[in-house]
Amino acid sequence: MKAKNEMRISFPSSSNNEAFGRAVVAAFAAQLDPTIDELSDIKTAVSEAVTNCIVHAYRDTIGMIYINAKYDDRGTLQIKIRDKGCGIEDVEQAMQPLFTTAGEERAGLGFAVMESFMDKLRVTSKPGHGTTVTMQKNLARRVMKNG
Amino acid sequence: MGVRLILKDGCLTALLSGEIDHHVARELREEIDETAMRTQPKQLKLDFSGVQFMDSSGIGLIMGRYKLIQTWGGGVTIANLPPKLEKIVSLSGLRDLCTIVKEVKEVEGEE
Repeated sequence: MKAKNEMRISFPSSSNNEAFGRAVVAAFAAQLDPTIDELSDIKTAVSEAVTNCIVHAYRDTIGMIYINAKYDDRGTLQIKIRDKGCGIEDVEQAMQPLFTTAGEERAGLGFAVMESFMDKLRVTSKPGHGTTVTMQKNLARRVMKNG
Repeated sequence: MGVRLILKDGCLTALLSGEIDHHVARELREEIDETAMRTQPKQLKLDFSGVQFMDSSGIGLIMGRYKLIQTWGGGVTIANLPPKLEKIVSLSGLRDLCTIVKEVKEVEGEE
């Protein structure tokens, strides 16, 4: 992807940063003039990925969460959310709807939400080293209109 | 912040507001459960009319309350779900567990 604009942030995995993380990405995505629904989808997907870092990757500790977002001139938005936490042994299993290792209060829907709210989702992970979630959403038609 | 609880005729209403994520859900859970366990209502009504954002932590919150209320045979109603939250609720399958209602907002006196 040839980036027309991009941004990077990192912050510690304390849960009060969940709102901060999704708000920053939403503010960046707003440059593509998304619809209210598209913006809500993006915020929700980012919130899921950031929450995974906090609840799973850095379960009993605080570590850094790295977000990198960019878009090209066709209006494709790519968001990468990365941690250096515990990693996922079995990515395919972790992505199954309703699968969770975090107990009763977690619905196990994080990846299912990312998958259905975004156009593309890729998860790579190395146990002991961390996880990278890459998501894409196409907001093309709006950019065409706005040049 | 986040929740106002009203007990009336055996129904506990939780008026939720703001953004519901994993951070906020923890506090909401504690507040709702404290009152719910003390009063053991037949119905717990979660009113989402004031909620601007919710991720799957909100689904976990509803499921958890459903399990709690069920221990004494009660049920959960989801009320006034804003259109932008319908997508995530549909995805969750909660429609099979809870009653979903839209209500005409009554005019309430300010606190």
